[in-house]
Amino acid sequence: MGQIQLKQVTKSFGEVQVIPPLDLTIEDGEFTVFVGPSGCGKSTLLRLIAGLEDISSGHIEIDGKDATDLVPAKRGLAMVFQSYALYPHMSVRKNIAFPLRMAKMDQAEITRRVESAASVLNLTDYLDRRPGQLSGGQRQRVAIGRAIVREPAAFLFDEPLSNLDAALRVGMRLEISELHKRLETTMIYVTHDQVEAMTMADKIVVLQAGVIEQVGSPLELYRAPRNTFVAGFIGSPKMNLLTGAEAAKYDATTIGIRPEHIDVVEADGAWQGTVGVAEHLGSDTFFHIHNTGLAETITVRAIGDVNLKHGDTIHLTPRAEEIHRFDGQGLRIE
Amino acid sequence: MARAVTSRRKLINTGIAWAIGLLIFFPILWTILTSFKTEAQAIASPPLFINFDWTLENYGVVMERSNYARFLWNSIIIAGGSTILGLIIAVPAAWSMAFVPSKRTKDILLWMLSTKMLPAVGVLYPIYLLFIQLGLLDSRAGLVIVMMLINLPIIIWMLYTYFREIPGEILEAARMDGATLKEELIYILTPMAIPGIASTMLLNFILAWNEAFWTLNLTAVDAAPLTAFIASYSSPEGLFFAKLSAASTMAIAPILILGWFSQKQLVRGLTFGAVK
Repeated sequence: MGQIQLKQVTKSFGEVQVIPPLDLTIEDGEFTVFVGPSGCGKSTLLRLIAGLEDISSGHIEIDGKDATDLVPAKRGLAMVFQSYALYPHMSVRKNIAFPLRMAKMDQAEITRRVESAASVLNLTDYLDRRPGQLSGGQRQRVAIGRAIVREPAAFLFDEPLSNLDAALRVGMRLEISELHKRLETTMIYVTHDQVEAMTMADKIVVLQAGVIEQVGSPLELYRAPRNTFVAGFIGSPKMNLLTGAEAAKYDATTIGIRPEHIDVVEADGAWQGTVGVAEHLGSDTFFHIHNTGLAETITVRAIGDVNLKHGDTIHLTPRAEEIHRFDGQGLRIE
Repeated sequence: MARAVTSRRKLINTGIAWAIGLLIFFPILWTILTSFKTEAQAIASPPLFINFDWTLENYGVVMERSNYARFLWNSIIIAGGSTILGLIIAVPAAWSMAFVPSKRTKDILLWMLSTKMLPAVGVLYPIYLLFIQLGLLDSRAGLVIVMMLINLPIIIWMLYTYFREIPGEILEAARMDGATLKEELIYILTPMAIPGIASTMLLNFILAWNEAFWTLNLTAVDAAPLTAFIASYSSPEGLFFAKLSAASTMAIAPILILGWFSQKQLVRGLTFGAVK
């Protein structure tokens, strides 16, 4: 029970329209990720759904009911903030219990729910500590605990992992995904990190300047980006986007080829260039290639540790079937 | 990198700090010393420092001649009442300016502070007439209101600075968790701002306690606080220095003790926001 529909929603701050009319449906139980560069309006969109900002026009429906004018608490949504936003003067127990206290729930039920949330999130031993005495990961779990006790129609996550270090981030990413599998509740997750988007989402919404560029499953976006923006944004390292004569060979204004779809060959490749920077990860090697005769630097991913270094000559062949073609407007040509 | 300070330099700095501190404290010390002298010793030349006959006579005379307790009680009511009333008005005002600022918020803050630049005597006449009209002359209620209004800009300004340090996301989280505006203020904002509110209260209490212009001009007998108590011992002939000193010492003692015990809180409050 957590379908969310945005109908012709707009948001302006004074004269500036940050979200032009936007339609979007998030299905019940779906894990949806809003992704885009800084300032693309993804957090604003989340705050509009939460009710922390008023929309300028349009409608928001939650479970088929108009929620446009409802205050945040009445929308049945729970939010996890980037800064965790824990109440520093309350113990973990009181933090998690706070929404239930505000709902005037009886004490026995509050205790039961807090303890069950704490056990799910491995926080049982920390219930009497203050947030200041916890690590970043534990704080984030308390914030999630505070959200799950309410049994909301949907969870809203606003870049929840960006304050954590890299190792912890991967761990928490898994925990949130597992939580979603267990609760089967709608989740909307905002991030600028396309790796988070790809690994967690059922559905990704790519945003730029308040406009939805594409909606689809991670692999749909990877395999068939609708335009050059999505092509460049989804995938790591970035897709190579080539223009000019090379694109013209394929009847396109721009062509795109992912680094993993270019093969390093012994000789007689389609392109020949010199290695600029070689990034050896062990499992893969990324080469940044210059002097290919193309205007752009080419990034190539080779499997395993390939023994080429700065200044070496390299021969490359793109896989023809993996080339994406885009027209003058940057839209995909099928 | 921490700047290297040699122990010699430290010693000199400490010496200078002590010298300045003592210089500032000297008038108060002198007042206290004078209060234990006889009237003759008080005006003796050269002045006597501590080698005089210590006496409590002045305190006895002062206690006998005036009702110290009534003056003290008036001071407590006026300082305490204006502080609490000011806080009730300032908390919502500072909340709105800190968390839902408008384009004019900065201007309003500056305008409020600018009212402090007006010489008080400039508005004495209108306020005096108003007090006569409203029957507030020589009443504690009247002084509570005036003192609250005088210090309100400072209270709002200080609370605003404190509230600005509280992340807005925490209040938004409370809103998502179902807290009403009232619950948000009571359960989240106020407990988080308690150190700030406490030092604001303390400072305001001290300012109101020490204020002399309005208390002297708007009171006569019934509402007269300790400032009026001191003034009643200053005579143009200047013949009663020892008694005046005893009265002054009795008037400043309560606030001096309060300040002494809360100095840590006070310093933290006044430098809040300056250090991060």
